[in-house]
Amino acid sequence: MSERTLELTALPEVTPARSGIDWHIVWTLVRREVRDSLRDWRIVIPIGLLTLLFPLVMNVMADVVFDFLERYDATIIGERFIPFGLLAVGFFPMSFSLVIALESFVGERERNSLEALLATPAGDVELYVGKLLASLLLPLVASYVGIAIYGISVVWGRLWNLPFTLFLQILALTTAEGLVMVTAAVIVSSHTTSVRAANLLASFIIVPMAFLVQVESLIIFWGQEEALWWVVVGLLVLDVALIRAGIRTFNREAILAREIDFLNIERAARLFWSFLKAPPEAAPLVRQQQREEVPGFDLVRIYTHDLPRLVAANRWAVVTACVTVVVGFLLGWGLIGWWDLPTNFFSLEQFDARAFRSALAAGTPGTALLPSFNMGTIFVHNVRVLVGGAFLSLFSFGVVALLLLLAPFTIVGFLAGALAAQGQSWLQFLAAFILPHGSLEIPAVLLSTAFAVRLGAIMLDPPQDFSAGEAILLALADYVKVLLFAVVPLLLVAALVEVYVTPQIVVWLYT
Amino acid sequence: MAVVEAVQLTKRFGTVTAVEDVSFQVREGEVLALLGPNGAGKTTTVRCLAAILRPTSGYARVAGHDTRVAPRRVRHLVGLLTEFPGLYGRMKPLDYLDFFGAMQGLDAPTRRARAEALLKQFNLWDARHQRLGQFSKGMRQKMALVRALLHGPRVLFLDEPTAALDPEGAYQVRQAIADLRRRGHTILLCTHNLVEAEMLADRLIIIHRGRILARGTIEELKDQVLGDPAFRVQLATPLEGLPDLLRDVVAPLEWGADWIRYRTRAPAQTNPAVIARLQAAGGRIVTVVEEPRRLEDVYLRLMGAVS
Repeated sequence: MSERTLELTALPEVTPARSGIDWHIVWTLVRREVRDSLRDWRIVIPIGLLTLLFPLVMNVMADVVFDFLERYDATIIGERFIPFGLLAVGFFPMSFSLVIALESFVGERERNSLEALLATPAGDVELYVGKLLASLLLPLVASYVGIAIYGISVVWGRLWNLPFTLFLQILALTTAEGLVMVTAAVIVSSHTTSVRAANLLASFIIVPMAFLVQVESLIIFWGQEEALWWVVVGLLVLDVALIRAGIRTFNREAILAREIDFLNIERAARLFWSFLKAPPEAAPLVRQQQREEVPGFDLVRIYTHDLPRLVAANRWAVVTACVTVVVGFLLGWGLIGWWDLPTNFFSLEQFDARAFRSALAAGTPGTALLPSFNMGTIFVHNVRVLVGGAFLSLFSFGVVALLLLLAPFTIVGFLAGALAAQGQSWLQFLAAFILPHGSLEIPAVLLSTAFAVRLGAIMLDPPQDFSAGEAILLALADYVKVLLFAVVPLLLVAALVEVYVTPQIVVWLYT
Repeated sequence: MAVVEAVQLTKRFGTVTAVEDVSFQVREGEVLALLGPNGAGKTTTVRCLAAILRPTSGYARVAGHDTRVAPRRVRHLVGLLTEFPGLYGRMKPLDYLDFFGAMQGLDAPTRRARAEALLKQFNLWDARHQRLGQFSKGMRQKMALVRALLHGPRVLFLDEPTAALDPEGAYQVRQAIADLRRRGHTILLCTHNLVEAEMLADRLIIIHRGRILARGTIEELKDQVLGDPAFRVQLATPLEGLPDLLRDVVAPLEWGADWIRYRTRAPAQTNPAVIARLQAAGGRIVTVVEEPRRLEDVYLRLMGAVS
């Protein structure tokens, strides 16, 4: 060792940020990561080519297509093709953000550099946000440059007068898409054990995004550009949800501890069954497999303790479902004013009880969408829709379950509004057609939707110390418990009432 | 004064208990070695102490700061040398140290000055224009040590510092650690290398399957596990009634016609008495040798006992 030494303990102590996000740490991380990316020719050369050459190639293509279509007097097709080019030149460099983000955490883990990073004062949020921004920055700049080159070249070549709003929309879409890909990829990267595993999971991100770009192209081709703002809003909502999920599920322990990815179906099934049997407050003990301390299955306890506790614990999900019902009803009511429909398109003034009864007896001929009017099919239909909604909730942060709840109440609100517009009693309509079986069916649907929303949103706010898989299993077990012991019995009785009681009340009130 | 303190520290990963009920202290300026086989829980213990992992139960304090309450503060007070250097291969040494210095909140002039001084101190200054990916294993480990020292931590955690090194690289790193020890650094050293532990540590904790098996200075551990020092006296010619001659001085363990083994807690008193007695009986002494009490024997005996 050299004679030149340094008094190492003589340095004044630096006080790191005590709370909140330390942006100095974030930008230090971003700067290093971006520089590292710029040193990697495997990233720089493809991004450079896609940024500088691809827009020019697209421009030449646009020129050729435009000339060809002009010969057949179809310039409108050409004009619609040019904005699609903007989307493409923005999306391709942006797709590199996925590559960078996918290896953000797991790549460091594979190179054994992660522990040194975790040993710095950087908190989980700073690490996550730093990695996210670092993955996004370079491809985003490349996309903007690509869009600018293409935009300038088409305007310069007098092919097309680029509307500024559309230009802004494409920039916003590209940014929001990039953010979705990066946030999702960083989540994948922090939950896998190898770059290979992360790359295998990348198709779950890139395929939906590619579909989305096609949908955006169709919207542009259709000339409905204002709809693109809704896509931007949707993507931004998804961005916020994914960022929150990423931060909440970021777990330095899991990243360091996880050695190998494997799907242990037996353990998952055992854990699910244990969550299902146990009272809600015992979930942490179940997770730690402290079986001797966890009470077993008890039907009486489920009704007197578990279900009330679950509903109380998920009251905001229940409130969300209730609000959705009200919003759906008001939306349907409001739609009456938007559409210019004949005033008597739906009327109950000349109610024909005989026709009503025979229609019920004959089922619903000609309407394949609706089930036959008997108890079994109504019950099966309702359960199928609710379970399907819960399943799709898993992939949509609960949005699908809420949309499936919104739709029927929008129809009810629409019909009620139509009656009110004609001066007929909408309350009588509700009392006759909805309330008898709805008094059971609506609570069942609200409960099912609330727990489906929780199932979908569990990744946004997983219980402390639970892994992503354990959190999903817990939410699934809670959903199944509510479904089996509350929703299904309620729907069964509701179907009975709908078939045998509701029609009687309808006839009684309208004749 | 204890700089590092672990109190009933327990860490579980799902159903696996990596560390169970571990308590110890590292005093200011002391080198404590955590010794144990692979998977004993050494790295998990260090990660808990460095506030990288949160203990399942129990707690740890570094310089009085609870790792659960003030993890950022603890991570700033600690310098961690990880088992694998894990450098960023495309970076150069000064850039690399600048990054970690900035992460620790050092200002740019301080980062530069300290990086330069440490690189010179560890004989890496001449390699400052190379990319870290081009470094040899020994250089990488020294670079990781420089990274751990950069922010002037109060305590150093060294996790298997020579595990992946060839003898020359291991020697260089051990010399570097020995130098830090001489200059009064508080060091917690995780290792399964007994020579390293014996050479560098003031005290040892032997850990196995997450639990502490034994603790103390090397001599204390030898006394605890191997008993008093054993001596062997070799005579030039056989001596009749050899063990009986010495029974009132020592308790003989083994003997032959011209040799004898015995243990004694106080060799300074016992050995001269033994020699005098033998000489008085006409014995011609060739050697009086203390049998080596190796740390390896302590370790293997403890491991053998638990398995």
